[in-house]
Amino acid sequence: MTGRMTRPVLAACLTVLVLLALVPLLESNYLIDLFNEIMIYALFALSLNVIIGYSGNVSFGHAAYFAIGGYTMAILLTTYEWSLLPAFVAAVAFSFACSAVVAYFCTRLTDIYFAMLTLAFSMLVWGVAFKWRSMTGGDDGFVGVDVPAFIAERVPFYYFSLVVIASAVAVLWVICHSAFGRALLAVRENPVRAGFVGINTRLMRWWAFVVAGTFAGIAGALFAMVHRGMYTESAFWPESATVLIMTLLGGMYSFFGPAIGAASLFLLERLTNEYTEYWPLVLGTILLAILMFLPEGLAGLAQAVRRQILRGR
Amino acid sequence: MLKIEGLFKQFGGFVAIDDVSFELLEGEKHAIIGPNGAGKTTFFNLVTGHLLPDRGSVAFQGEDITGRPPHRIVKLGLARSFQRINIYPRMSVFENVQVALIARERQELRFFRLAAGLCGPETSELLELVGLDEEADELAGELAYGKQKQLELAIALAENPRVLLLDEPTAGMSPSETEEAIRLIREIADARGLTLLFTEHDMTVVFGIADRITVLHHGEIIASGAPEAVRSDPVVRQVYLGEEEAANGAA
Ligand SMILES: Nc1ncnc2c1ncn2[C@@H]1O[C@H](COP(=O)(O)OP(=O)(O)OP(=O)(O)O)[C@@H](O)[C@H]1O
Ligand SMILES: [Mg+2]
Repeated sequence: MTGRMTRPVLAACLTVLVLLALVPLLESNYLIDLFNEIMIYALFALSLNVIIGYSGNVSFGHAAYFAIGGYTMAILLTTYEWSLLPAFVAAVAFSFACSAVVAYFCTRLTDIYFAMLTLAFSMLVWGVAFKWRSMTGGDDGFVGVDVPAFIAERVPFYYFSLVVIASAVAVLWVICHSAFGRALLAVRENPVRAGFVGINTRLMRWWAFVVAGTFAGIAGALFAMVHRGMYTESAFWPESATVLIMTLLGGMYSFFGPAIGAASLFLLERLTNEYTEYWPLVLGTILLAILMFLPEGLAGLAQAVRRQILRGR
Repeated sequence: MLKIEGLFKQFGGFVAIDDVSFELLEGEKHAIIGPNGAGKTTFFNLVTGHLLPDRGSVAFQGEDITGRPPHRIVKLGLARSFQRINIYPRMSVFENVQVALIARERQELRFFRLAAGLCGPETSELLELVGLDEEADELAGELAYGKQKQLELAIALAENPRVLLLDEPTAGMSPSETEEAIRLIREIADARGLTLLFTEHDMTVVFGIADRITVLHHGEIIASGAPEAVRSDPVVRQVYLGEEEAANGAA
């Protein structure tokens, strides 16, 4: 997390970026779609980790802001025929605004009460998506999103998605490693002491929530475009649980952990579905394994292994 | 500097601080002593905004700060350290101090200013001052107890306070660490012109630093004055020093 670490991290990021850019060369629609989805969920999980890993609160309702970004994007592009940039900016801005309001209430509480309130608000968002049929399509979903022609094809869209997500992740990285990010860690580690060095802990937690909601909105907007639709499932609580599991699986004490978690969980799900229908069972087992044996997730495991190797030398 | 009037606090039916009025003068090194459970920590918590008093008022440099949250009181120049270790265990020693400086410089809402290296020289200076420069990159939670206590002090100093409240700064330290800590605290207080208010059980520490002593007993002030006067006060000898001597004799 300190300066010494930056160089290898940067090298690893560039490598991953190049590899992702090469995916379309494989000329497999299946793989392009898969990696696009993984990238979107990686951003989604990274955004959640601002609340979990950095501010030390658990959200059970993060899907709400993903869905808000997605529905706003879908509706503006299609129903109101906005062009890409204004629609995208508006979708992100609306996610920002909604999380700002919800965060105001949630950050009055801590621990389980905070978590339950995030869940309650996400159910509210789900309820709106479900009931407001004329606007959102209700439980049939919002289908047939108009994606601008220049990114309508699979490969151009993939690159568009890659650029947007890579930029978003870069900005998120800076935020998490900024003076703000450092102070936020102090709030997570010891809110009482953070208060006694002059940090307004509630304001910090409010900002963490808003940053998280905004970046989830970006992920959601891309999701609506790649699927050409938006569905109530995206706002429903199991979606919040999935992204939470991704974050924990990857490791909440590492910036990139949640992205690794998102990729692992996705690939694992695809693999499992090839052989059995018992994905929930597998998912439950994974969750159990993390909680029992890998409290710091895959990233924590990798760090422990590296430390062992260094010690062994 | 600090003027407290009629401070009262109870927990359930138990009165922890009973109508305490107290004044801390600029530049003095003032010790608050009293047996376990006398209310010393509670008193600090009330003064620094960690607890709300039921009655009474706290004024700092003439400004009423009763009921303000800690993060606002700190900004006025009133910092504290804690009796129980109160650091950021999963952050490095360097980061523990750096965060206090980031907050003091009001940088905590800078989203695009990388933290690496921020306030670096001053952080290192503070770590050197308390003798933690070699441990800068270690995780704070993995430090030895005495070193955590020093870190505690460095964090409080980082806020560059005018008044520093230290709650048992040497509790749990070895005799040699204690001696070193006393020297350090005295030195820093003199160098920075700090006003010091501290609690302590170790009488060598108290008489080594304080130029005024207040004795708290069952939440009430029973004596206050110069060290020699307090030491020879019969009531104090009976309820406090006497108890300790009796305890020492029995041990
Ligand atoms: N939050 C609280 N809730 C209930 N009782 C409390 C609380 N804080 C302190 N007390 C009680 O108030 C009394 C004073 O406690 P306090 O910690 O202020 O004493 P102290 O003088 O600091 O003691 P020590 O020398 O052991 O640190 C004790 O009896 C304690 O049990
Ligand atoms: Mg105490």
